[in-house]
Amino acid sequence: MQYLNILIQGSLLGGIYALFAIGLSLSFGIMRLVNIAHGDFIVLSGYVAMVVIQATGVDPFTSLVVVVPVMFGLGYALQRGMLNQTLSGGLLPPLLVTFGISIIIQNGLLQGFGAYDHRLQEGPIETASLHLPGGIDVGVYPLLVFAVAVLCIASLQFLFYGTRLGRAFRAVSDDPYTAELMGLDNRKLYALALGIAMVFTAIAGVLFGIRTIFDPAAGPIRLILAFEAVIIGGLGSMWGTLIGGMVLGIAQSVGAALDPTWQILAGHLAFLTLLILRPEGLFPRTRD
Amino acid sequence: MVPVSEYVRVERGTKASRIFAVLATLGVVALIALPWWGTAGWMRLIAECAYYVALAQLWNLLAGYAGLVSVGQQAFVGLGGYALFYLTEQMNMNVYVAVLLAGPFAGLMAIPVSFAVFRLRGAYFAIGTWVVSEAFSLFASLILVLGAGSGLSLTVPILEQVSPDRDTRNALLYLMTLAVSLFVVGVVYLLLRSRHGLALTAIRDSEPASASLGVNTFRTKFIIFVATAACTGLVGALIFLQKLRISPEAAFSVNDWTVVVIFMVVIGGIGTIEGPFIGMLIYIVLRELLANYGTYYLILLGVIAIVIMLKAPSGIWGWVIQRYNVQLFPVGRRLVPAPFKDSSKRSEKE
Repeated sequence: MQYLNILIQGSLLGGIYALFAIGLSLSFGIMRLVNIAHGDFIVLSGYVAMVVIQATGVDPFTSLVVVVPVMFGLGYALQRGMLNQTLSGGLLPPLLVTFGISIIIQNGLLQGFGAYDHRLQEGPIETASLHLPGGIDVGVYPLLVFAVAVLCIASLQFLFYGTRLGRAFRAVSDDPYTAELMGLDNRKLYALALGIAMVFTAIAGVLFGIRTIFDPAAGPIRLILAFEAVIIGGLGSMWGTLIGGMVLGIAQSVGAALDPTWQILAGHLAFLTLLILRPEGLFPRTRD
Repeated sequence: MVPVSEYVRVERGTKASRIFAVLATLGVVALIALPWWGTAGWMRLIAECAYYVALAQLWNLLAGYAGLVSVGQQAFVGLGGYALFYLTEQMNMNVYVAVLLAGPFAGLMAIPVSFAVFRLRGAYFAIGTWVVSEAFSLFASLILVLGAGSGLSLTVPILEQVSPDRDTRNALLYLMTLAVSLFVVGVVYLLLRSRHGLALTAIRDSEPASASLGVNTFRTKFIIFVATAACTGLVGALIFLQKLRISPEAAFSVNDWTVVVIFMVVIGGIGTIEGPFIGMLIYIVLRELLANYGTYYLILLGVIAIVIMLKAPSGIWGWVIQRYNVQLFPVGRRLVPAPFKDSSKRSEKE
């Protein structure tokens, strides 16, 4: 029963990692952009939510009404105004520009809000739990986060395979030159793609901000966790990313069960081992 | 000046590079003599410049030439530092021997690391190396003999092995850092001048093309990865010998040992030996000027790096080369027409 418990808690933990990873996976899948600032955008969403909550007194879930459009606009503008210029010049420009953005966000938050920890308060749902037969307790909140992750991935799948916009995204992803010849506006599509990626980033940032404290320097570890989930799952596969997040979560739970201080390290070691054994990930889709 | 044919020869040094060589030699002599004419504060600052130049040259070799954009070089800085502290404090090894062993140790650790990260390409390689460094950092924070999360301090007996006298010790530490920095710059320069440098430059310009011309790109990259890790470890040992304290957070800091180094190289000019020097100077000057305003210098550095990447991706020195065609470190080869009289003799005969 203890093993089952570890498996369940780990899988639920994986939900939040999958949620982290959606934005990263999306921008890589469509425009081959590896966004180093992804983790910092997650943290920034938490801060935006905090400001909205302080200004209006709403709860974190409601604050998403503001946070999501703000982050969408930021993503659209960044891609349109800056990142589109980097996409034709090889590997370094996008990497270093997003690196620069990452440092600016981290230090901007540090100067603006100080190095303190913050957390978003959602109320009783945070601590509520369900008692399952066999003495296993499942937190309502982790379950909710997991459900949101599944819902997000399902809606993305629908967007990609069931709409005109999704077809355009797949076209520019497969072959940007031909897509442009067929009349698609790649630059606008890329901007929309980062905007949509930021919608999921905002959801991840707020949901995680309720669960765990965050500070200006908390971005990089979130980027790394998202990255691990994407690579374990296999590049370009959204459901693979969910499985990747769950594998990571389970590895961390196993590590934590052995010794609580080993939680994060166990996740990294599982990632590196899988990388050596199965470098293409569990469910590879995209070739880079 | 190697003759290639009757009409052309290969020239390596230029007038600018020869003048620069003289000036650089004078500069190095002045820096070596610094303990006799400078203050302790100057020595600290210039030692810092020296190890940053070394780190920047090494990252430039990796990313600018071998195409290995690593964001995990802090792993090897930290490993070098921890090797020094462990070997001296726990194994009672002489401090000089420990410094010299720190480099090979970091290089050795780079071999298994490469098995994992070489499976990733491009930007994913970058984040992969970062994960490795995070793993080392967490590992160090769990190991009790390494001081776990709070780290270790160098004790007085170890410091007295360097020199019992405080001023002499500071001067020696400064000179050691300078020596290592010169060593690293020298190694990078000689490597790039050699035929391996030609292979590396070819990989920089086009990996598929160089592979098709017979460059063993995998082996070249592997050797560069391990060699830079060893040199980075040596620099790391010296950094923490000066800091006297090591902790997982400081040793494996991505911001201190990789991010600012990347910014230096990019701003100065990636893929050149001169660029890292310029970038280092800009970083140090910005930081000292804005020392009273918190971390705004990092924000400014990030902004400059973004602007450079978007407007002039070859950096300040790349722009200088384009505009004035100078090279201070003659690693390139240029074809020049043979002297006039040779060709005139030939035309007379015809």
